[in-house]
Amino acid sequence: MSKTLIRGAKVLGGEPQDVLIDGGTVAEVGTGLSAEGAQVVEAGGKVLLPGLVDLHTHLREPGREDSETVLTGTRAAASGGYTNVFAMANTFPVADTAGVVEQVWRLGKESGYCDVQPIGAVTVGLEGSKLAELGAMHESAAGVTVFSDDGKCVHDAVIMRRALEYVKAFDGVVAQHAQEPRLTEGAQMNEGVVSAELGLGGWPAVAEESVIARDVLLAEHVGSRVHICHLSTAGSVEIVRWAKSRGIDVTAEVTPHHLLLTDELVRSYNPVYKVNPPLRTERDVTALREALADGTIDIVATDHAPHPHEDKDCEWAAAAMGMVGLETALSVVQETMVDTGLLDWAGVADRMSFKPAQIGRATGHGRPVSAGEPANLTLVDTAYRGQVDPAGFASRSRNTPYEGRELPGRVTHTWLRGKATLVDGKLT
Amino acid sequence: MQRHLISAADLTRDDAVLILDTAEEMARVADRPIKKLPTLRGRTVVNLFFEDSTRTRISFEAAEKRLSADVINFTAKGSSVSKGESLKDTAQTLEAMGVDAVVIRHSASGAPYRLATSGWIDAAVVNAGDGTHQHPTQALLDAFTMRRRLVGRDAGLGKDLDGRRITLVGDILHSRVARSNVDLLHTLGAEVTLVAPPTLLPVGVETWPCEVSYDLDSTLSKSDAVMLLRVQRERMNAAFFPTEREYSRRYGLDGDRMAKMPGHAIVMHPGPMVRGMEITAEVADSDRCTVVEQVTNGVSIRMAVLYLLLGGNEPAVAHARPTEEK
Repeated sequence: MSKTLIRGAKVLGGEPQDVLIDGGTVAEVGTGLSAEGAQVVEAGGKVLLPGLVDLHTHLREPGREDSETVLTGTRAAASGGYTNVFAMANTFPVADTAGVVEQVWRLGKESGYCDVQPIGAVTVGLEGSKLAELGAMHESAAGVTVFSDDGKCVHDAVIMRRALEYVKAFDGVVAQHAQEPRLTEGAQMNEGVVSAELGLGGWPAVAEESVIARDVLLAEHVGSRVHICHLSTAGSVEIVRWAKSRGIDVTAEVTPHHLLLTDELVRSYNPVYKVNPPLRTERDVTALREALADGTIDIVATDHAPHPHEDKDCEWAAAAMGMVGLETALSVVQETMVDTGLLDWAGVADRMSFKPAQIGRATGHGRPVSAGEPANLTLVDTAYRGQVDPAGFASRSRNTPYEGRELPGRVTHTWLRGKATLVDGKLT
Repeated sequence: MQRHLISAADLTRDDAVLILDTAEEMARVADRPIKKLPTLRGRTVVNLFFEDSTRTRISFEAAEKRLSADVINFTAKGSSVSKGESLKDTAQTLEAMGVDAVVIRHSASGAPYRLATSGWIDAAVVNAGDGTHQHPTQALLDAFTMRRRLVGRDAGLGKDLDGRRITLVGDILHSRVARSNVDLLHTLGAEVTLVAPPTLLPVGVETWPCEVSYDLDSTLSKSDAVMLLRVQRERMNAAFFPTEREYSRRYGLDGDRMAKMPGHAIVMHPGPMVRGMEITAEVADSDRCTVVEQVTNGVSIRMAVLYLLLGGNEPAVAHARPTEEK
């Protein structure tokens, strides 16, 4: 088996150390290591993190291969430092059967760039009325552990209750896209001063917060665990904080874009900023950052949502919602959390690797960088600053809000079970 | 003047007064036996209407024809748009045909802004109403009507609406007319009050440069103009207000309410009016109601806007006369 010696890497941002990879495993971590015949990577003070885990990725295959495929999506993931992604169920056909989730899982294995764990739909066709075969998806080769109708909210309280109860049988988790549908009819952006001025339909914060409040109470009532997708408001943070203080088994995620961007950007009417949930206010951004720092929000998840150019190069109302995120996530987190002093690199490892793996029960990922652990690793040049150029993205889609924006940090190397998938910023 | 007219908020006081003054010049053309100027001869203007609006389209078309522009009317219904062609594709087709100005009406807020700023097209863009965002020429014609009635046709030249008190009543939430009017009237120095049930006021309205009231009766005696906005009946189904009857009682303008207004005060409506609900026939047909004047003034305003956007930098009619004599 091949050996790789990473020399002088700041493991989780600590003092420089050497890390020896032997086959698919971390063989040794220490100083002054040497290994006969090993390929040497001079880290030169770059930060070494456990391979990132994204609990919220849209890979679009099957059905929208013009936006992304499992292969292009996992190449994008490797470029961004990820070694494991959870693929959302809103594909065509919907991933609501064992057959579809196995297909996605198999395509992930064949890609070789990143492990793919399919998320199963909670309800048949994401229609919110009939539970999908949750147990069959769990028992399939894909071993589904996370269930979500993401893109849509499981808005029927009875269906949500039953789903929460049912997945307890196999330690599953329901990931809720919290959006009260009636309160968001015709919604185009955050409801507030800017939406009123622009004449765009408002997506009120309470439409998210009311569903989260209901769901944490349901989770408490049935003694299950619930995960809240892409928190976007200060009020949501308060509800999750209250629920955790009460002992409810709730976890929550925030996207990189909700940590950085505000609804003021929508004044450009540029659909690159159109996303669901929408970009909120400065006050919300501040609350989300603080909540991620203090652990109220458990993880960063990208909500990587690729769309072809024509779905965004149009008028706002006609544009698709979503933005790509896998290849810029770590840079945005460095900009908003690390460079602001809110989180250190150990904290980043916790929020972007350890915790998401725990929530999704992704064994083999989100493990410490220490001897005997799987060699899922990513090396980050934290001193780098440069403009984002989507032309270089590995994703099939380019719908990023960061084009031309200067961001810090660059992933230079990624290893999946000891095999380099990214070397000096280039996919293998 | 800017290259495009997308929002009333883009206009400075001087821009707005220039348009109003130019519209007075244009209005004189309507008094002539032959209502035509050669000002835009050889220029092509496209009326790009993705949303039905016969009234606004005819008003723009009349203005364009009175300025001698070549006019192309494009309606989405039955066009390639209904076959899935995007706004971008349509714009690029028009660009390839070398049009000089595009008057666009669209159900999507921001569509004219995208058309003007996305590099799809080089022509001047005039917003003829987009979603619930803006309708700047409507605001201009309203301001023109107010200035004529409240300041005077000739006395108003060069003047704004400083200190005039204007009340807008009705569905503010869904009204591009209200947004445009608040912006423009504020720029022109007027004091604006919005009156509506709380359900028909947008979140954040407190940041707008105007007062807000839920009570129509208390605002009438201090209004120089009361503008009623159209309330769509389907709003009732969405629970914005309980019944048509209750809306009419609380926010409709009838003769008794009009009697509370100062003697000089006018009643306005962008049309089409819902008689019996927003306004009684007695009020709509009174000589204090300017609805018909607003339609007439719309043509003058649109002539002024097109003339100024397409390069006019001298008084329009004075500039045009020598050309006419050739």
